[in-house]
Amino acid sequence: MTAEDVIRTTGLTKRYGRVTAVDGVDLRVPAGARFGLLGPNGSGKTTLVRMLLGLVHPTSGSVELLGHAMPRHAATVLPRVGALVENPAAWPHLSGRTNLRLLDAAGRGGRRRDRRARVEVALARVGLGGVDRRPVRAYSLGMRQRLGIAAALLRGPELLLLDEPTNGLDPRGIGEMRDLLVALNEGGTTVVLSSHLLTEVEALCTRVGVMDAGRLVLTEDLDALRVPTGRVLLRTPDPAAVVGLLDGQVVERSGNVLVVREDDPAALNTRLVSAGIDVTELAPQRRTLEQVVLGLTGSGSDRVDGRAR
Amino acid sequence: MIGVELGLMLRRRRVWLCWVLLCALPALVAVLLATTRLAPAPGQGPAFLSAVVSNGQLFPAAALALVLPVFLPITVAVVAGDAVAGEASSGMLRYLLVRPVGRLRLLVAKLVSTAAFVLIAVALVTLTSYVVGVAAFGFGPGASLGGAGGITSLSGAVITPGELAVRTAAVVGYLALCMLALGAIGLFFSTLTDSPLAAALGVLAVVVTSASLLPLDAAAALRFYLPTTHWLAWIDLYRVPILWTAVRQGAEVQVSYVLVAFGAAWANFATKDVTS
Repeated sequence: MTAEDVIRTTGLTKRYGRVTAVDGVDLRVPAGARFGLLGPNGSGKTTLVRMLLGLVHPTSGSVELLGHAMPRHAATVLPRVGALVENPAAWPHLSGRTNLRLLDAAGRGGRRRDRRARVEVALARVGLGGVDRRPVRAYSLGMRQRLGIAAALLRGPELLLLDEPTNGLDPRGIGEMRDLLVALNEGGTTVVLSSHLLTEVEALCTRVGVMDAGRLVLTEDLDALRVPTGRVLLRTPDPAAVVGLLDGQVVERSGNVLVVREDDPAALNTRLVSAGIDVTELAPQRRTLEQVVLGLTGSGSDRVDGRAR
Repeated sequence: MIGVELGLMLRRRRVWLCWVLLCALPALVAVLLATTRLAPAPGQGPAFLSAVVSNGQLFPAAALALVLPVFLPITVAVVAGDAVAGEASSGMLRYLLVRPVGRLRLLVAKLVSTAAFVLIAVALVTLTSYVVGVAAFGFGPGASLGGAGGITSLSGAVITPGELAVRTAAVVGYLALCMLALGAIGLFFSTLTDSPLAAALGVLAVVVTSASLLPLDAAAALRFYLPTTHWLAWIDLYRVPILWTAVRQGAEVQVSYVLVAFGAAWANFATKDVTS
């Protein structure tokens, strides 16, 4: 597994004066993963992403990207990486198409011969294929976001590092972006994204890392996180009969919906049916990613109320 | 990256506005002089202006003397101050660096585009003012430079139009070098801040400080090394024979400024955390 890690950091730390933005992070992202980086504002996600890309130099610790040390080998590694760092940016007085062509011409590795074609492919992938010559200044937030992702896709990267990729997109756009990222991932691209939208990460990612106050407090497969809670959600037209039958196991009752303490949903179902009770819905309760993350993290740095963290 | 940078510069409205305004000021002066015929007396007012009325071919020199002290440095400050700080404030700096554009390559491209800007600016002022000058004042008798503005105390020596053109080209090169030195300082400031305005104001502070110290006897020891000291040495290029000493010293000082300022910019930018 270690040989296939596309991201490997060791004891990665960044201090700004007395503030420790990133604190001893050992992050591993295996090739082919869809990895979600979560955590409240100010938990160090962005600083971590910037260190991965060589924009910010670590105080201590090391970064390996696609098997090469960063930032020393930035020139060889970064052409294989596509990135969206915080907000998308563009030269506002130029059109999206011109922006991408200039950006492609600026960096190394972009062959001139197929530049136009590559720009068109990237624009089409993010749904901007028919965009006109309007300057980016006149673009909506969602269009800028799509353009930023198109820029990240220009070189057909092996690793996509996306910070809040669905920012500014409407629900349809979010869905399109999710489909795009899944398609890219199935084509072999490792996708790492950070987001505040936990449901988005839950829908897209296979593995998550949770940051809090500069530390990576958890790295786990999503499936493992969402283990059953040992409770079963039950909907029935006859809740009183259920309470009578399962005396003591019912922990919550709200109208026709009951929460029952029970590890084996199938056994519960058999028991209810054999007692002649109608069951309209029965499902094991799972922890949501939101519960996991909120349980692990303190309030973000944007909340300042003197509460102990 | 250098080609991209030049392309970006040429697509900036601000750059074209700078060039247009630089050419407009001498043109305005020419129109005023031509309509009123009130040229400053020899030895007063901006260099060469008194001689222009009799020979429009001298107007490029007068135009350069007009824009050199304030106008030209302001445009250089604006453009050079924007070099890195402008990309930082628009957020493009991080996207250029992860493209990846090497940090040294980026700085070199910015210096080259600044050099192109100042060279085009000085050349445009020269060309447009030649056209305007000849149109407004015509060709003078014999293209003589005698007693021009009282600064070049030439004893009636005649310079042919061809030689005048060669010398003017040399002046354009010299002034572009002086402005590039300022531009390199601006590039350095531009790596220190994410605010293009702060970097531009820093360059203007350098110009003002230097110009203020220049006449002070107490600052005599510094005078030779001040960036603005040698700006007027180009006038010697219009003397017969040319007095090379001041021009050569000036060129040496300006080249030193370019090297030192660019080195400082590189030293700062190479390991800087890009958080913009």
